[in-house]
Amino acid sequence: MTALPSSTQKKLGLVIDLDICVGCHACVINCKEWNTSNYGAPLSDIDAYGSNPVGTFLNRIHTYEVKLDNKIAQTVHFPKSCLHCEDAPCVTVCPTGASYKRVEDGIVLVNESDCIGCGLCAWACPYGARELDAAEGVMKKCTLCVDRIYNENLPEIDREPACVRTCPANARHFGDFADPDSNVSQMSAERGGMQLMPQQETKPVNRYLPPRPKADIHTDGDIDILAPFLEPVADTPKGLLGWLDKALEAI
Amino acid sequence: MHPAASVIIFTSLSGLGFGLLFFLGLGKPDVSGWSAFAFFFIAYALAVGGLLASTFHLGNPQRAMKAFSQWRTSWLSREGVVAVTALLVMGLYAALLVFTGIRIAPLGWLGSVLSITAVYCTAMIYAQLKTVPRWNMATTPILFLLYALAGGALLAAQTFALLLLAALTLVQILSWMRGDLSFALAGHNIETATGLGHLGKVRLLESPHSGENYLTREMVHVIGRKHSFKLRVISALCLGVIPVVLLGLFQIGHLSALLIIALHLIGLFISRWLFFAEAEHVVGLYYDKR
Repeated sequence: MTALPSSTQKKLGLVIDLDICVGCHACVINCKEWNTSNYGAPLSDIDAYGSNPVGTFLNRIHTYEVKLDNKIAQTVHFPKSCLHCEDAPCVTVCPTGASYKRVEDGIVLVNESDCIGCGLCAWACPYGARELDAAEGVMKKCTLCVDRIYNENLPEIDREPACVRTCPANARHFGDFADPDSNVSQMSAERGGMQLMPQQETKPVNRYLPPRPKADIHTDGDIDILAPFLEPVADTPKGLLGWLDKALEAI
Repeated sequence: MHPAASVIIFTSLSGLGFGLLFFLGLGKPDVSGWSAFAFFFIAYALAVGGLLASTFHLGNPQRAMKAFSQWRTSWLSREGVVAVTALLVMGLYAALLVFTGIRIAPLGWLGSVLSITAVYCTAMIYAQLKTVPRWNMATTPILFLLYALAGGALLAAQTFALLLLAALTLVQILSWMRGDLSFALAGHNIETATGLGHLGKVRLLESPHSGENYLTREMVHVIGRKHSFKLRVISALCLGVIPVVLLGLFQIGHLSALLIIALHLIGLFISRWLFFAEAEHVVGLYYDKR
């Protein structure tokens, strides 16, 4: 059924720390690797070695420049994947019941054998989290690595989403937002974790930790706080260097 | 949004077909025998042709039957259920009328209500989407209903087609003007989308990938918008202004009616192309494009 559950037992999701993400795209690659070879249809690439390559990805990193007048610009790397919304509009628009939100953990999934590939769910998503696979004609989206997090064939340390497991900077965290004491709930509360596009009233589960304000080092017109230490030590050379200086000036 | 031919044909033709069925169900024109057959044939060709065209953009059309299951939540599913029910009810009504000459009026009324409801459901597929502010307006279903009624009345050769065409043209123009403000009124920009506005002005420094993707092809369609004003003028002239003048001033015969219908169709296709091409999806903000 494409009716949303009135509540879910868990609210599994991600915390993404925009202050820490270095934009290395390792999560993008590991996501593609895991999800192309496990649950559901593979994530196809079309014209992969040609002039106009396109492919299906469940996670993409945008990089933004943020600038205030008279301040130095700041770079923010912005990973984007499904936010597993509580009021997921992608689920209710689905005509076949292929899209659903799980009651047990809140993960939004697509039953690919029911998907007709109409694309309406992707239109309904404000975040661009769903991509229709060009080869299979079915909708692909982040599964929160549902085939990893409960997978008892994997060592316990690997039972988290591929993007979280691979992040070399520790910018991504996985946990249960329904539990106020979980790692993700605590982190989000401390740092003011934000929802994306709250005006869309989708109630996303994932939270983004905003970048911390940068130290303002431009108050006195100094180029660098280390600049005073870079002043020339001797204005007029003495000894051998002094003679060389005079001799060269004379030529 | 990408103005795919399949959805333009689907919404335009099925709207016209169900509009004509609406009037046929009400007994306008009051026809029977072969003349009724001709009217119903045109209506079914348009409605069924449009519905079939809509399956061309599906990734897996062989599973289309599954789309009738989620009518409790999904407007797309409701549209399918109501459209097929309308065609079945009107089919029975038409068969009795054409082959036996018996007109069961209540059956026709039921068919009319179902036909116009199908058009409303089609409109709501688009009007429900908060992600596309230009569609997420009260005028969207009104506009779709007026297109179906005005076009249907024109095909049914009813004199009040003139009034409906005039109303349609007016609402279409108002809806274009209101639509131009909708994205700004919804309060979305790149700063609110990224939540980084408190840090300053945001711009995309690097896109996630060097090429296109499904999202940018499907939802960040910007080609051809520069001509949108000229296209609006041409569309308004063809779909309403010229037909209203012709209907008002001249005695209409079969040939001139055909000309007016052809003009209306051109206007309808242009306005439907604009409906998609001018619609901006909020996901474009993440790509610093609209």
